[in-house]
Amino acid sequence: MKARVHVMLKNGVLDPQGEAVRHALGAMGFDKVEGVRQGKVIDLTLAEGSSEADVTEMCEKLLANTVIESYSIEML
Amino acid sequence: MKAAVVVFPGSNCDRDLAVAFEKAGFDVSMVWHKDSALPEGVDIVGVPGGFSYGDYLRCGAIAAQSPICKAVVEHANRGGYALGVCNGFQVLTETGVLPGALLRNAGLKYICRTVDLKVATSDSVFTEGYNAGDVIGIPIAHHDGNYFADADTVAQLQDQDRVAFTYADNPNGSIADIAGILSENRRVLGMMPHPERAADEGHGGTDGVAVFRALMGIVATA
Repeated sequence: MKARVHVMLKNGVLDPQGEAVRHALGAMGFDKVEGVRQGKVIDLTLAEGSSEADVTEMCEKLLANTVIESYSIEML
Repeated sequence: MKAAVVVFPGSNCDRDLAVAFEKAGFDVSMVWHKDSALPEGVDIVGVPGGFSYGDYLRCGAIAAQSPICKAVVEHANRGGYALGVCNGFQVLTETGVLPGALLRNAGLKYICRTVDLKVATSDSVFTEGYNAGDVIGIPIAHHDGNYFADADTVAQLQDQDRVAFTYADNPNGSIADIAGILSENRRVLGMMPHPERAADEGHGGTDGVAVFRALMGIVATA
């Protein structure tokens, strides 16, 4: 089984990389882009019987730094 | 007095930090990231700069889970002294020993130059050799030195006089110009600038020496 974890900087935390992408898109003529936030996608291959609670624990302990990041989990 | 300097795969300031401790009079031992205990009788642990584990996932995140870091956290929780510089500061925030986190520099560029730091408090074993308000020249060398903490945490750090150093001219976007912070018991210091790179005449400056000298004096009498 697989799980997909999305990690994003929390709202209110400056994302300078997202800002740089937004500027680049604007410079290319994509003038309708009002904001860009860049994050990470982490795919996990898990043994059968793994639960979403296991993945939550992984997120809390390592995959995300909850001081600055939020995460969401998709069990695939 | 005994200092231990942690070595992770990818550390690159470990020897510099060890030399700075030695010059101040400490017996220094190097400890490997896979060690699960600090040497007997260690007074202070240095967590050095570099790129532990290649900065994979987040700077300091994987190092913070290493066996030696569990021992470092226990040492700090027992009231032991610790100094984290640059990547070492990132590691200490990832372990939760110090609050906040270090983000990518606001200007997105790696910055390597000597900057002016203001000593924000002299009330710590690390900064007692300075006067509050002193401006010292200390090198920075980082890509992820943009200190962030929520407003309550920053207010708490300021109210408790736990901001050790601020940037005179903020190079990286750090909130409230914060360059270094102290733990609640004031025995753990994390800072992005490198005092160990300003600890010898050959470095072009010795403004960092006072950190190590003060430590030696105070730890010795503690």
